[in-house]
Amino acid sequence: MTLAPTSSPAKSAPAKGLLASGAQQKILAFASLIVLLVFFSLASPNFLQTANILAILQATSVNGVLAVAATLVIITGGIDLSVGTLMTFTAVIAGVVLTYWGMALPFGIAAAIIVGGCSGFISGTLIARMKIPPFIATLGMMLILKGLSLVISGTKPIYFNDTPSFPLLSTGSLIGAVIPSVPLPNGVLILFILATTISWVLNRTTLGRYCFALGSNEEAVRLSGVNADGWKVAIYALAGSICGIAGLLIASRLNSAQPALGLGYELDAIAAVVIGGTSLAGGRGSVLGTIIGALIMSVLLNGLRIMSVAQEWQTVVTGLIIILAVYADMLRRRRAG
Amino acid sequence: MLNRRTLLGAAGAGALLATTGIARAQDKLYIPLISKGFQHQFWQAVKAGADKAATEFGVDVTFEGPDTEAQVDKQMDMLAAALAKKPAAIGFAALDSQAAIPLLKQAQEAGIPIIAFDSGVDSDIPATTVTTDNLAAAAFAADKMAELIGGAGKVALVVHDQTSRTGIDRRDGFVNRVKEAYPNIEIVDIQYGAGDQLQSTEITKAILTAHPDLKGFFGANEGSAIGVLNGVKETGATGITVIGYDSGKLQKDAIRSGEMAGAITQNPVGIGYETVKAAIAAVKGEKLPPKIDSGFAWYDKTNIDAPEIVAVLYD
Repeated sequence: MTLAPTSSPAKSAPAKGLLASGAQQKILAFASLIVLLVFFSLASPNFLQTANILAILQATSVNGVLAVAATLVIITGGIDLSVGTLMTFTAVIAGVVLTYWGMALPFGIAAAIIVGGCSGFISGTLIARMKIPPFIATLGMMLILKGLSLVISGTKPIYFNDTPSFPLLSTGSLIGAVIPSVPLPNGVLILFILATTISWVLNRTTLGRYCFALGSNEEAVRLSGVNADGWKVAIYALAGSICGIAGLLIASRLNSAQPALGLGYELDAIAAVVIGGTSLAGGRGSVLGTIIGALIMSVLLNGLRIMSVAQEWQTVVTGLIIILAVYADMLRRRRAG
Repeated sequence: MLNRRTLLGAAGAGALLATTGIARAQDKLYIPLISKGFQHQFWQAVKAGADKAATEFGVDVTFEGPDTEAQVDKQMDMLAAALAKKPAAIGFAALDSQAAIPLLKQAQEAGIPIIAFDSGVDSDIPATTVTTDNLAAAAFAADKMAELIGGAGKVALVVHDQTSRTGIDRRDGFVNRVKEAYPNIEIVDIQYGAGDQLQSTEITKAILTAHPDLKGFFGANEGSAIGVLNGVKETGATGITVIGYDSGKLQKDAIRSGEMAGAITQNPVGIGYETVKAAIAAVKGEKLPPKIDSGFAWYDKTNIDAPEIVAVLYD
């Protein structure tokens, strides 16, 4: 299946083709992940240890959540450069609510997610209603949010020492309390629950269907009388609230809202999305692929570190893997078409 | 077909990695250093010092740090990976001490000694801290500034950030010294440029526009100092005394040509060297002082080529 039929208006039953192509890409990405795991396990006895696997999953949690948010937007054919600094902004908001105002934990959680959703709503409005290209609109939002994070926090980290249960949000382990041999951090659990939920939203709900439809042919969606702009705003708002979850996770893990953090994290998220086989052109992608993409990135980085590969080379290898993954995906589709 | 391709790629990567030294001797002590940065020349000089100690004492040392000093979580991932390697000891320069405490406790429980370096770690877990006394060094820069501008006039500071220990100490060291000893010197502005040369250049130009009668600038790290130099040069202002911090080729050239009056240098090579040395001592169970001062020095046109200065400068 080539790109052409995806974008042709004559695709009356896109679901079947998409599923088939998506499944193949997921298998390919999954196979690469397994190859990496086997390779690093053979290369170092320290790699395949419970503590290290948990460290890898922990390292994946924040980027994974951001990548899920980016997946939604990218499937619509858009891009969201503000995910990283929005994460930071929501972390700062949680800090303001919990530490400055001394409110209870649920309020902090709700504030971060709601503020994230509002920011996504603004991005979506700029893009859908005011017709500012997504790249520019979210670039602007990225800078606005970065600046506001610094302004609100007074450029200093906000610590959560008054909310002792806050770090447990990411670093505690509900599963470990039940099965002590598997102390899976809550942050990872949250990532998996979120991924499952968003996967369901994409495949089983109207919002999900319009997400793909907007990405493959926005004009057709519009002409068929659907409120395309409204749905687009909704998708950006959903992505924004997911960034709020990422903000909570990172703040909880660091026990602090670090206001200077976040720039560059959008690129890691986009890389995970792309490695997972979601097309930057829109209309095609999956959350499962994205999670595998995020895992590939953190396994690779952790494995290279465990092998004591010099940091310069870690960066080079990561870049190569991104190109290789996308090229492999293209080859597969060309052959299938 | 594609899986084979992936496998080939992985095998290729494996071959590349194998040559970069994974075949380490198991009996050597392994000491990873997790730093606050990696790309700046300063950190590369710390790394050089660590490597020197590694060769001298026959231990294995790796050196890693995040791309920017904001990436606290990335540093945590590096520390976690270092711990997974079951090292003999760890050298660690915390970006945020509080965030690192859980992992440091984990190291403590595993009996892995931690040696803090550069800005250190706000905790009693580290066996010792190898650091520059930035407050004293910046106060010395203020003394030099006063001497060079004749004890009176307006000066401004371009600092890398207001959140890190070094940023705070260098700013406060300079400002407090001016306040207590030089009533006729007015600090008109303190701006933060993230240690980014371009950003610091723009800041400098803005300050010069606002205060055309400015007499002196203090750039609190390498990037800030280079930015100040660029800014002064681009506006064409003259008669401005620039004092920098750390070294690097551009600062050294500027001091030789007289564009910069002088700079404070830390001893980054010494920081790296002493960190590894202290780590080995800690592994052997030797007693360590709570702080190891790696020292600082003032250098200008007159002593830039003196052997004791050349030894601590880096390009």
